[in-house]
Amino acid sequence: MRFRLERSPAPYWLRPLIPVVALVITFLLTASLMIWAEANPLEGYYYFLVAPLSNQVSAIEVLVKSTPLLLTGASVAFAFAAGYWNIGAEGQLYAGAIAATWLGLTLDGVTPLVAIPLMLIGGFIAGMLWALPPAWLKIRLNVDEIVTTLLLNSVILFLVSFLLNGPWRDPISGWPQSPEIAASTVFPKLLPRTRLHLGFLVAMIVIGLMWYVLSRTRLGLTMRAAGLGPQAARYAGINVKRTLLTAALISGGIAGLAGVSEVAGLHFHLIEAISPGYGYTGIVIATLGALNPIGVAIAAVFIGLIETGSQTVSRALGVPAYLGDVVQATLLLVTLGALVLQNFRLRRRTTASAASLAAKEA
Amino acid sequence: MEAFIISLLAATLRVATPLIFGTLGELFAERAGVLNLGIEGTMFFGAFVGFWAASATDSLWLGMLAAISAGVASGLLMALLSVTLGVNQHVSGLGITLLLTGLSLFSFRLIFGEPRVPPSIAPFSQLNPFPGVPVLEPLFKQYALTYIALALVPLVWWLLYRTDFGLRLRAVGENPEAVDAAGISVFRLRYLALTVGGGLMGAAGAFLSLGQLGAFTYGIIAGRGWVCIALIIFAHWHPVRVLWGALLFGGVFALQLRLQTTGANLPYETFLALPYVVTIIALAIAGRGAAAPAALLHPYKRE
Repeated sequence: MRFRLERSPAPYWLRPLIPVVALVITFLLTASLMIWAEANPLEGYYYFLVAPLSNQVSAIEVLVKSTPLLLTGASVAFAFAAGYWNIGAEGQLYAGAIAATWLGLTLDGVTPLVAIPLMLIGGFIAGMLWALPPAWLKIRLNVDEIVTTLLLNSVILFLVSFLLNGPWRDPISGWPQSPEIAASTVFPKLLPRTRLHLGFLVAMIVIGLMWYVLSRTRLGLTMRAAGLGPQAARYAGINVKRTLLTAALISGGIAGLAGVSEVAGLHFHLIEAISPGYGYTGIVIATLGALNPIGVAIAAVFIGLIETGSQTVSRALGVPAYLGDVVQATLLLVTLGALVLQNFRLRRRTTASAASLAAKEA
Repeated sequence: MEAFIISLLAATLRVATPLIFGTLGELFAERAGVLNLGIEGTMFFGAFVGFWAASATDSLWLGMLAAISAGVASGLLMALLSVTLGVNQHVSGLGITLLLTGLSLFSFRLIFGEPRVPPSIAPFSQLNPFPGVPVLEPLFKQYALTYIALALVPLVWWLLYRTDFGLRLRAVGENPEAVDAAGISVFRLRYLALTVGGGLMGAAGAFLSLGQLGAFTYGIIAGRGWVCIALIIFAHWHPVRVLWGALLFGGVFALQLRLQTTGANLPYETFLALPYVVTIIALAIAGRGAAAPAALLHPYKRE
């Protein structure tokens, strides 16, 4: 008896279940790693998914973790929606963090009402500037943006390392970290006695603006047209190059804001490990969120939960926190597969269908 | 001066070795029509698995074999996603890189814990075919893997341009419909290309952990996989130009290492960033007008 895949869309009732199915498969696959680490998978997933939400303090920590992810997810989704493959959110985040640190060290004594908007604008511009060379090379010389954005991610780490070992090395501790930024440039807290800061609000505003731009403006329309097919968009009279440049620069700017938010809201100084790969996680989030702003927001908070949970499970059961990275990547790959498979059904290969196939081929 | 040039050339070959392995691996995938952005993670995974297996078995060559198998497994996963399921190649490749990076770090932490001094093994020693001969001794004192990498270049060229298999592989990247119409399985060819390519990427990673370092570190690959992706465009998807590209990057890398120590009046990070910047510039100059395989990025669906 043989089976074959037939193209036939999943029934409507099944579609909302696909993320759930993907999640279950992901946890079944990654449970083997928990067992290897001599932890009970059920207990492990309790610490992973439930424990962080079980009290107010750690639930707010999830939102703190989600803040940079909301921004990098939005950054990547914005570029991908226009068909511009910006894999450089990681580097653009660092550019924003550098700008924020510089402004934070310079704007000492300036009132926060002026200083904080300047930090945000400065970080946005820095992210745009770091996104500019690949975008320019793409539209001018047709150089593949994936490669150039990836290579620039490596380059900016050297710049950060230079700053932290040279001009910005903390004179007090001697560690490779910048001095603390001025108090007037520190983001205010959204809730007293928590770490939730202005960056989260900024991220939510960015998500809202992104929704507005993509679905309610001319730019959003041209971006989506360019994303669906540059050739057809060109015939429709759209200036695809300008659209790609705009999308690339705004995407870079949003990633820059993530860097500002981490410096001014959470760390208060620049460190080399300010991003443990948030830019790359942004790609996971944008994809899981189907490039849709609301989807991105949900995916970012969920990945924030996994990031927080991986710390919890590491503390409670001694499972290496890198499990969180494995879970995220597995979830991405399983979801991609599930989205394709929803359009297929496994059918037993009968003589009738074989005959119809033969008839079609003839 | 002469000694400087000879040591520079020798170092160039050493730096180019993993790039030759990796880029030839990517060449197989892309010539068959699949962009494999899993390369960075596959090299990292290869470096880890190679180190792990070598330290467990006390055999460097068994470590190398394990790394190649790990690369093959990664290629199979990429094939499952991009060939069988026809998923977006950018995202699935990056997903594999994230998965294998996380998996390597998770396993490393679990097996080796968090020792203050990173675990190490006695690495491969270098072959010395001309002991005592000036010029030749320092130039040809290289790892066996470097010689293998150099031999792979003409071998891959011959395979691609002088065999039936090569003709089919190139055809499947240009016009899979025609290959299918000729009664040859597109799926099987792409699976083969991705697994062979993955094996080469695994070897590229293991060269670093088993040859140069004798250890596995967090920054062992440091974007070398992405450099391979750039080199393939620079090379216009041709194996011999892959060699020139790898030697160019290797040369700049070896040169910056020497400039750092000669104490030029610039921060050493400038030199570290130089090879990446040169790669981008080289891409802008030499990558123009390069025609990628026509079917690259397009999953094949039989109607």
